[in-house]
Amino acid sequence: MSVMDELKAQIARRLPDLDLVIGWGRGYDALHRTPVFLKDAKELDQLVFDPLCVHNLATYLTRFGKGKRVGVVVKGCDSRSVVQLLQEKLISREHVTIFGLPCEGVADLGRVNRALASRGLVMGKAREAAFTAQGLELAFKGRSETLPLAEVMAAKCGRCAYHDAVLFDEFAGQPVGRKDPDNHDDLAAFEALTLEERMEFWREQMERCTRCYACRNACPLCVCRDQCIGQSREPGWVSQRSGLEEKFFFQMIHATHLAGRCTECGECERACPVDIPLMLLKRKLGKEIVELFNYRAGTDVESRPPLLAFKVEEDTINERGW
Amino acid sequence: MEKELRIVGFLCNWCSYGGADTAGVGRFIQPTDLRIIRMPCSGRLDPLFVLKTLTGGADGVLVSGCHPRDCHYAEGNYYARRRLEVLKRFLPVIGIDPGRFEYTWVSASEGQRWQHVVTEFTAQVHALGPIQRIGKQAQARACSFATSGLFARVED
Repeated sequence: MSVMDELKAQIARRLPDLDLVIGWGRGYDALHRTPVFLKDAKELDQLVFDPLCVHNLATYLTRFGKGKRVGVVVKGCDSRSVVQLLQEKLISREHVTIFGLPCEGVADLGRVNRALASRGLVMGKAREAAFTAQGLELAFKGRSETLPLAEVMAAKCGRCAYHDAVLFDEFAGQPVGRKDPDNHDDLAAFEALTLEERMEFWREQMERCTRCYACRNACPLCVCRDQCIGQSREPGWVSQRSGLEEKFFFQMIHATHLAGRCTECGECERACPVDIPLMLLKRKLGKEIVELFNYRAGTDVESRPPLLAFKVEEDTINERGW
Repeated sequence: MEKELRIVGFLCNWCSYGGADTAGVGRFIQPTDLRIIRMPCSGRLDPLFVLKTLTGGADGVLVSGCHPRDCHYAEGNYYARRRLEVLKRFLPVIGIDPGRFEYTWVSASEGQRWQHVVTEFTAQVHALGPIQRIGKQAQARACSFATSGLFARVED
């Protein structure tokens, strides 16, 4: 039985007890997937799972009223977001049913777009897309193209240590089992920069920001919704000006609010329409958290996020050193 | 002494604010660059206060609270300690020298220690000089682009 059939059977079995199940379905073209909200077993045909299912559906879990029983389909990285939400008691375990999946990585549509553009093709004109052992096979009018996997995979998948869902009620398919160590090698180039170069780097990047808040809205752990301090005028953390300081400060709000909570699913960066490398801020902060507290967000339901706890004598903080 | 810089101090009401007062009453000589903001507790301090202050143009930020185990609210400074340590490590990521920010503990009776802390921190910030503001720099750069364009036209 294929993973898909297994998943559908599991959802069909659980659906009568649930108010809805969130999964992925076909989007507006061959390369896009979109979240689907299933309420009836008849709608199960809409369900899709392949490397184009990039969204982290855990984002939706905090958007339903209290007491709603929600099922959610998760990949390895998404399941960490669910775990983190559970740890912070933002959702309750009885009300969420987790359909875990193994994942070998997802596509980065930005990279697909660039790869196709270099071959003189337009991504939106693809009529069919399928993942095979060779890579992403795309059918265009009178032409087909195969992009090797290495060329189209999202960067986060290359360093993923959690290919299988870490927490689940149902698991479809065979666990991948692989665990690549994430030792933050990708940050080396950024860490080699001087302070001035870093600030200049962020100036260049943040200048493009349009403050559309897509990064925040896609983030599964940004749960303040209408009370976001980045948008409120009382308190007025960020003004309505369009200057660099405001744009950058919004990202600082986002990054500091996610310190010790960010599961590095990469949704902020994926949702960004102007390709600001937002993950850099979060991964650098995540690295510091690992070094300070030996903690990776969303890996253990029982543990307490480090910034919601303390030790009377901290082992790693040298507070009187200056 | 060289030109004054802008340093903001967030002081806990119960210990460090009293400590600074003790230093004043004791007439201990201290540098005058520091502006004090009184807080109910160092645990009240949102790390964003520090980021906003630094990106808003302050050259340095000092946070001071009660010694661990001495907090008026029992555990406010424990939480603050973790947050502030993470913040200190975050500053270099955005291109701000971590030396512009320090956190420390001063009790209400420690006028002498307060004098030491202020003097040392002020010297540390003076060694780094005035801060570069992210927004201001961008404007300056836009200006230089505009003028370079102007010169190109003159040459044509």
